[in-house]
Amino acid sequence: MTVFIIRRFMQSVIVVLVMSFIVFAGVNIVGDPVEMMVSDEADQAEREKVIKSMGLDKPWYVQYGRFIAGAVEGNLGKSFVYGEPALQIIVHRIPATFELALAALFLAVAIGIPFGVYAGLKPDTAASKTIMAGSILGFSLPTFWVGLMFIMIFAVILGWLPSTGRGDTVPLMGIDVSFLTMDGLAHLFLPALNLALFKISMVIRLARAGTREVVHQDYIKFARAKGLTNRRVVLVHLMKNIMIPVVTVLGLEFGGLIAFSVVTESVFAWPGMGKLIIDSIQSLDRPVIVAYLMIIVLIFVVINLVVDVMYSILDPRVRLSDVKS
Amino acid sequence: MSGEATSLNPVADDGDAPAVETPFRRFCRDYADSHIATGAFFLLVAIVLVALFAPWIAPTDPYDLARVSILDAKMAPGAESLDGLTFWLGTDGAGRDLVSAIIYGLRISLGVGVMSGVVALCIGATVGLTAAYFGGRVDAFIMRIVDIQLSFPAILIALILLAILGKGVDKIIIALVIAQWAYYARTVRGSALVERNKEYIEAAQCLALGHNRIVFRHLFPNCLPPLIVVGTIQTAHAISLEATLSFLGVGLPISEPSLGLLISNGFDFMLSGYYWISFFPGVALLVTIVVINLVGDQLRDVLNPRLQK
Repeated sequence: MTVFIIRRFMQSVIVVLVMSFIVFAGVNIVGDPVEMMVSDEADQAEREKVIKSMGLDKPWYVQYGRFIAGAVEGNLGKSFVYGEPALQIIVHRIPATFELALAALFLAVAIGIPFGVYAGLKPDTAASKTIMAGSILGFSLPTFWVGLMFIMIFAVILGWLPSTGRGDTVPLMGIDVSFLTMDGLAHLFLPALNLALFKISMVIRLARAGTREVVHQDYIKFARAKGLTNRRVVLVHLMKNIMIPVVTVLGLEFGGLIAFSVVTESVFAWPGMGKLIIDSIQSLDRPVIVAYLMIIVLIFVVINLVVDVMYSILDPRVRLSDVKS
Repeated sequence: MSGEATSLNPVADDGDAPAVETPFRRFCRDYADSHIATGAFFLLVAIVLVALFAPWIAPTDPYDLARVSILDAKMAPGAESLDGLTFWLGTDGAGRDLVSAIIYGLRISLGVGVMSGVVALCIGATVGLTAAYFGGRVDAFIMRIVDIQLSFPAILIALILLAILGKGVDKIIIALVIAQWAYYARTVRGSALVERNKEYIEAAQCLALGHNRIVFRHLFPNCLPPLIVVGTIQTAHAISLEATLSFLGVGLPISEPSLGLLISNGFDFMLSGYYWISFFPGVALLVTIVVINLVGDQLRDVLNPRLQK
């Protein structure tokens, strides 16, 4: 067990180092930072001064070492646009993104499971077929376009819900959240639903497949033979057993929600880190781009590490096969 | 997996045996079992043809500045222009006919999607076959990289690359290829691992054929069925991904107006009620993706020997 965790941890460190190198090389070799810092009329002496002050006259490994040292200290440069440390700007935006992703996760379960279980219990009804067709559509629909249509229908035509921003927020344990105010909830609903759409389809399919498998098991038959109500059989005996794959997959997909929030946040102008990176790419705010990429890689590596370790606890075969290879 | 798997493969069949039912015919018949999938196939062919022959099919050239008039801007679907041309789907903010813009956009979207799919397939297949054929440390090393890459969503990888590389057709293709090759590599490796232990590979090795020849002439054709399925589905993904990235403004430049860019242009007008500018390009995108997915789904059922009756 310990060997497995150490191996996975080392692997995560290597991934972070490799990614940091790619980001460092990409930003410093593909683009020329000096071009951005000096004006076109600058003479050679002035250029050299800038190059020296930025440490660009040193060999690349020294520069990379400095970059890593800075990153470890949390110093990734100041934003060109906001004039504040890049890392700080991103950290301020993280709660909004996580709130959106968690709300989407909640919707995926709250909508996906009832529909999926229904479709699994009565697979031949018209309603079930509609649900399944809808789930195929949910897989195919491009997220950003659905977001636009949500805005068009619910904000422009019907005028029920606001289309942009986060609404009123209240602090909860020092973090501003939207879901505790009515205005915030109204702002949160459309983006969360948009982000959840893909996962809803997935949960419907998982829940349906699980239900169809479990329904024929002996313990369900026994529960029915015992004379339990249908309600209790479905809600207790069936539900417990289909939740295992659903929870596993949703845990794995949380990272995907954070990645896809880039799209949803841009459509709904949700002030999270996804919108920040798109704005920063647009305005060539290099320090923020670098800081974002490093943080997102870190978040993903941590998520993957946690999932791997939890897997190995739940299923010993995983870690045995890994240690052998 | 039985010996059935190889005989079902339309590519491995060289057609010299005058069988009553060639594998290709059986494949067509199995495919046509589903009316929806057959319809989807013909619709897909129609979409590809429209995209290929865009300049001859589109009613106007939406990027011919001499023809496009700002006076026609933001006209509703069905409106007529000053010179009597009907804009069936309306016009965009610059007075371009949306039907034509969509047809040209389809061309770019499909082009980028298919191009990146083909390159990713070639790279992924080569890497996957190498891993499966040589096994051992090579396999472990390659598959570790694949696993790590697959733990990041494709959109994130593409976004990281485009943030570094910048906009451009070549750059988005590079980004899509890097984001997708691992899916192909994993698929090919899976089927190649099964195939490489069969007698015909052993026979080829006994004949002392070169590694290249065994891998590409013997092993590869027999790994094709699952690859075709993954290829169709991944192409649909690539098209969707390109549209998303272009919509976000990090994909294609304005000079290459794909469907995603058309939708993005319409976004600015939507809040004023000009819904059609982003609605119809989105429908075109959606239909394309759904049709490709339907074809891919049916291919998976037909090419999977385990589902044969």
